[in-house]
Amino acid sequence: MSVKAPLVRPCLRRIWGLMYRHLALYRRSWPRLLELAYWPVLQMCIWGFTARFLAARMGNPGLIAGATLLGAVLLWEVTLRSQMGMSISFLEEIWSRNLGHVFVSPLRPFEMIAALIGMSIIRMLVGVIPAVLLAWALYAFNLFTIGPIVILFFINLMIMGWSVALGVVSLILRHGAGAEPLAWGVLFGLAPFCAVFYPVSVLPSFLHPIAYALPATHVFEGMRAALLQGVTRWDHLAAAFALNLIWLAAAALLFGRQFHAARVSGALISIGE
Amino acid sequence: MQMNAIQVENLTKRYGEVLAVNDISFAAPTGATVGLLGGNGAGKTTTIAMLLGLLVPTAGRITVLGHDMAKDRFAALARMNFSSPYVALPARLTVRENMRVYGHLYDVVRIDDRIAVLSRELDLGAILDRPAGQLSAGQKTRVALAKALINRPELLLLDEPTASLDPDTGDLVRTWLEQYRAESGCTILLASHNMAEVERLCSHVVMLKQGQVVDRGSPDELLLRYGRHDLEDVFLDIARDRRQAVAA
Repeated sequence: MSVKAPLVRPCLRRIWGLMYRHLALYRRSWPRLLELAYWPVLQMCIWGFTARFLAARMGNPGLIAGATLLGAVLLWEVTLRSQMGMSISFLEEIWSRNLGHVFVSPLRPFEMIAALIGMSIIRMLVGVIPAVLLAWALYAFNLFTIGPIVILFFINLMIMGWSVALGVVSLILRHGAGAEPLAWGVLFGLAPFCAVFYPVSVLPSFLHPIAYALPATHVFEGMRAALLQGVTRWDHLAAAFALNLIWLAAAALLFGRQFHAARVSGALISIGE
Repeated sequence: MQMNAIQVENLTKRYGEVLAVNDISFAAPTGATVGLLGGNGAGKTTTIAMLLGLLVPTAGRITVLGHDMAKDRFAALARMNFSSPYVALPARLTVRENMRVYGHLYDVVRIDDRIAVLSRELDLGAILDRPAGQLSAGQKTRVALAKALINRPELLLLDEPTASLDPDTGDLVRTWLEQYRAESGCTILLASHNMAEVERLCSHVVMLKQGQVVDRGSPDELLLRYGRHDLEDVFLDIARDRRQAVAA
């Protein structure tokens, strides 16, 4: 313990240092802060009224469909905000031309990732909590009624968001600022296969293997089972955790390789160009 | 025996067909100020990037403060720092917040005390709580220096520290650097195009051209060798192949 303590403390301070940099930025930039909650709240408004319309027209089946729709919207925002929280925090360093200072400090790459994950969690909570409260206040929808399992759903979706974000950061390291648009759009490309709003069975059978290879698919299947049948699908949760482990390991490997490649090619010096 | 703060041996960096740095070797003695000179494209920035661990050499070895940069770069990075007008600090953060960020990254104890000392020495008191993006070029240079000194570095790498500064501010920065080096025993590696600055600050000079070391020595030795009165003429002689060094 005494041998490790001096190593752990500087490591935690470096992680906090990078997080402090982003928190100080949000304190001084209300548009950035507003943007965090803007889309989740807007999404909740649109889909909340859609759900209300369905319930009014179709009665109980519409009510159930509306509830699964709102649950899906909220959980998808968890993935999206986690991914964007990490990718955009990295991009902030490029935009401020500060990356040169960060990478010549003693901050290790894994510490930078840990700080980005920390910021991703904060950004996700700031974005999603207002949407959760809005769903409860306007539409009487409370995702937490399905029990503490919803926390496990959140965790899985956050991890998937981080894996995708690590892939995006790796591509930015490789291709520079030209890969920036991926930070906003890449997860939407996976959404049709994640079965966010519909069960996997709706997809053509040749797409099923792709869908089941995505951790989020198992979370959304699990969410529908909980909301519609009141059952906990532990098999889906176990699959989501296992897939997340594989995805995260693969993304970390990719990041490590791209970081080294960027140090070889000189991309760390010219990354903003 | 006094250890060199920087030891560069047979360093090479190749980008495809382009040889940016070609088998250079040099040392920076502990406590000295060493100038790295050369025209645009001579390999100064590439060499500094390799010294900072931002760039992996194609061949050769770099030892900084006794640490092999290929194996142990983070131990060296904690004991050194860097300043360049071409690398910015987050513009929306105040000077104090920026200093705190780097204080944490370099594990500085009692950060606010350190900021107070640097603020006094570099005259930052009036701008500490202003966003870094709203400062003048001279103020930004002083803030960049303060950031570079936050961890009391044993080695300071400065890339054109007085570029774009007016003569008065440039002189203040140079005076302060002389004073800091004398008091702290810090080693400074200075890349600059300002020959008067190099003559004033540096005890050793390494001249680069097309990725190679073409000459080295103290400013006085170089002046004598080329039969010149100022380093600018020596620089031009080397850059334009006008004249070979007079045999010593």
